[in-house]
Amino acid sequence: MSLSIIEIRDLNFSYNRQPVLLDVNLDIKAGDFMAMIGPNGGGKTTLLKLMLGLLSADRGRIRVLGKPPNDVSHRIGYVPQDVHINKDFPVSVLDVVLMGKLKPGRGWSGHSRKDRIAALQALGKVEMTDFHNRRIGELSGGQIQRVFVARALVTEPELLFLDEPTASIDTKGQREFYTLLKELNQTITIIVVSHDLMVVSGYVKSVACVNQRLHYHGQAELTGEMIEFMYHCTAEEACPVELIAHGLPHRVLHTHRDD
Amino acid sequence: MLEALQFEFMQNALMAGLLASLICGIMGTLVVVNRIVFLSGGIAHASYGGIGLAFFFGWPYLFGTIGFALLMAFFMAAITLKAKHRSDTIIGVLWAVGMALGIILIDLTPGYNVDLMSYLFGSILTVPDSDIWLMLAVGAIIICVVSYFYNDYLALSYDEEFAQIRGIHVKSLYFLLIALLAVSVVMIIRVVGLILVIALLTIPPYIVEKYSKSLIKMMIFSSVMSAIFTFTGMWFSFIFNLTSGASIILVAAFGFLISIAIERIIPKISKRTVKMVEK
Repeated sequence: MSLSIIEIRDLNFSYNRQPVLLDVNLDIKAGDFMAMIGPNGGGKTTLLKLMLGLLSADRGRIRVLGKPPNDVSHRIGYVPQDVHINKDFPVSVLDVVLMGKLKPGRGWSGHSRKDRIAALQALGKVEMTDFHNRRIGELSGGQIQRVFVARALVTEPELLFLDEPTASIDTKGQREFYTLLKELNQTITIIVVSHDLMVVSGYVKSVACVNQRLHYHGQAELTGEMIEFMYHCTAEEACPVELIAHGLPHRVLHTHRDD
Repeated sequence: MLEALQFEFMQNALMAGLLASLICGIMGTLVVVNRIVFLSGGIAHASYGGIGLAFFFGWPYLFGTIGFALLMAFFMAAITLKAKHRSDTIIGVLWAVGMALGIILIDLTPGYNVDLMSYLFGSILTVPDSDIWLMLAVGAIIICVVSYFYNDYLALSYDEEFAQIRGIHVKSLYFLLIALLAVSVVMIIRVVGLILVIALLTIPPYIVEKYSKSLIKMMIFSSVMSAIFTFTGMWFSFIFNLTSGASIILVAAFGFLISIAIERIIPKISKRTVKMVEK
């Protein structure tokens, strides 16, 4: 039995005295490709930030790679949700990716030639090499999202956390994106926060439903029950076309009760 | 004007203007990209309390002002980290309280003291050699610190969360930045006055930001632009016998308006050219 790469016990977090996460327990094994779904405000981004050490829990314990998050956060690649931060910042695409090569105590040394090559390679993986010299503000939302993925990849992470990474990308782009993630999953454990049910069905290995509490499902098939619990609507109300995912094998979600 | 350069006071004024431009170019860039302009204003105004304290208690001038400025700066910085949503209110309060404290303490100190006017507009034409050396030292320290931590400050300014995840000590670096800012502000107020220090910190970087491809280029161009504004302003004040500090500000403001106009007109010109070519 492989060790858990992420271990969370009885995690509780509140913001301004409002509970955001209640009694969360989670065990993720190395090599997993997990989607985190749930309604807005349900705590998905908060949980990611807790695992990254950006926030501290009120109660409970988190261990990532066997250690507290702050000790190992540099071994996690993080792709944040917000691409519109600091759009006017005087920085080139390459320099943003190079931020992934930072470590404390570098001293006078700037980025080495090796770092630059690694950064260009990471940009190549997301097909953004041609843009390496452009100002970050000149890019579209979807392009900036790809640059952020390159920045996460250049850290040579053991874990990859992505928060709504396809919010600014069209359907074809999404398919290509998740194909890339599937390839990366051969060596990296991945957690994706997503509103996209298509994602869940076609590409990931497991699903966690987060709405203050967390329910982990080892299989990627969504049941009507899960959707009802998470989104407070019945399978009938949500459009059936949206719920049928394309992928091999064809996955079709729970049939409607009145059929 | 060229004959005036023979005089030491004029040479000192130009040197002071140059050093002030260098310091403001670097620190101003970091202030503008980190969006801490209001905090800088708070430090600048509150530090007048330090001058009052120095006079009232008979402390050495620099000890009083820099010490009090650092105290106010750290307090304001801590508030922006702990209670972000109330931080600008508290900065506003300290801004006023520090200033008022300084004024009252000076009222209560017997004898002739530095007057408020020279604090507001500085006295670039009466800069002593000691101030020049001090500004040189401050400038050298700033260049060393910012060079050493350049990539860390770049990451911290662009995406603080990501920098933290990479293991950068963002809180310590932030406080270091604020400390450098407090010292810079105190030194520059002595030379060009409170009113000018904020303008010099913010106008050149704001103009230059959209044309800069890197933070270091923005710092260099801001310093150059500050220097141009400073020398032009001093020239006008010499020719027309005007207050030097205010002349420099007006030149900077004029430069700001020109840059906005260029921004608006250039897209229109290229659109018209395209239309003409299409015809």
